[in-house]
Amino acid sequence: MSSTHQSLLVPADTPVHRLAPQCKVAATLLFVLTAASTPAGAYWPFLWYLLLLAAVAALARLPPLTMARRLLVEVPFVLFVLALPVLGGPPHLKVFGVALSWPGLHAAATIVLKATFGLLATGILAATTPLPEIITGLERLRVPRVFTAVAGFMVRYTEVLAAELSRMRTAAECRGGNPRWFWQVRDVTAGLGALVVRSLERGERVYLAMASRGYTGAMPAALTAAPASRLAWAGALAVPALAAIGTALAAIGMALA
Amino acid sequence: VHIPDGFVSAAVAIGGAAVAVAGLGVCVRHARLDVTERQLPLAGLSAAFFLVLEAPLIPVAVGSSGHLLGGTLAVALLGPWLGPVVITVVTVVQALFAGDGGLSTLGVNVVNLALVPAAVGYPVLLGIRRVLPRGYTGTSVAAGVAAAVSVLTAAALFTAEYALGGAAGVPLHTVAISTIGVYALVAGLEAVVTALVVRGLLALRGDLVHVVP
Repeated sequence: MSSTHQSLLVPADTPVHRLAPQCKVAATLLFVLTAASTPAGAYWPFLWYLLLLAAVAALARLPPLTMARRLLVEVPFVLFVLALPVLGGPPHLKVFGVALSWPGLHAAATIVLKATFGLLATGILAATTPLPEIITGLERLRVPRVFTAVAGFMVRYTEVLAAELSRMRTAAECRGGNPRWFWQVRDVTAGLGALVVRSLERGERVYLAMASRGYTGAMPAALTAAPASRLAWAGALAVPALAAIGTALAAIGMALA
Repeated sequence: VHIPDGFVSAAVAIGGAAVAVAGLGVCVRHARLDVTERQLPLAGLSAAFFLVLEAPLIPVAVGSSGHLLGGTLAVALLGPWLGPVVITVVTVVQALFAGDGGLSTLGVNVVNLALVPAAVGYPVLLGIRRVLPRGYTGTSVAAGVAAAVSVLTAAALFTAEYALGGAAGVPLHTVAISTIGVYALVAGLEAVVTALVVRGLLALRGDLVHVVP
């Protein structure tokens, strides 16, 4: 649906792609929570998580480069960790004459690793599951209807927004509009305002069309897959369960040390 | 104030999740009565807008990326029940697909970003609007002030959460000074943007704004 999401999807016909969305969503959430609860200072569990994710990615026939490229999106959000070793508390290490805080370094490494595994896991989910199916999966997991309805409209309207924006940009360029200097800021703000109102009105028409075809807040059950089998659940949940064994071993190791 | 995984302790993350679930439960119960034909498209479109516009604008020295939060705007447009639901959806999608904020810290982030505008910003908005002269300008100024107050409250709350269970190895006072300092700036920007958007929408399509002037 959304063009941004469509580029994340890697279409193929593999067991991972075919798996019921609710199993995949639950497994992804549990996996990320497991990785996030890795005790501070333990680093080998991340290797184990990487192995597990690599196995799933291989099963889904996902190109490694695509998965690696996905990590670029986290760069702006984790840049601040560079400040942690400088601003952190004692003890400090001297590296090339710069005093770096030891707890700050640990915190920075942990935050980057956990964010990376969160992105890799959700990346596999997004690469194997179209966004509407992810929303169906959330609905099956008993997420309140108002959340999934809003999420569904958000996906639909991202597309409406992008289409409306390109239409307005074409129209503006036809009229010779090409704002690039600060004193032309009115062009941009007025354009943004028009974009809000126009896409809203288009959105209302989309909604009315949906309502007149019988939309009541959820997609018809016939469009969504049958309930997942026990085998599907077992297969999906095996990944976070195996990851959790690593986390638990690391926690025990840290407690004994 | 999107807190990444591993920035606060597990106890704070779990506490935040509990508060978030309880608060959102209240919102969902009330929103169900409120969701009319008008509001669903508006909710979806605001969510799409927040998702597109919430690119990180201001780097925060310590802590997390700073950008316009939009919580108070959502509450002003959609009311105190549906507004937090929209911001929560955006926060979840950002955590899942953009790496902005962690999944384990989702509860804390939802409390700071979605529940604070409803619990603090909305009463402030209603209170100030009562004092100011009625009309578009009074309402939009009230929304702007409420936005600034909720951003500063969220920054203070973030500092308090870090004081309770910070795990980033940075001294508390450094976090406090940088967060509150930067978010004072964000609060100003947020106030201007919220007031302008509310003012513009009131003039063009007043029926879409929850807070009537």
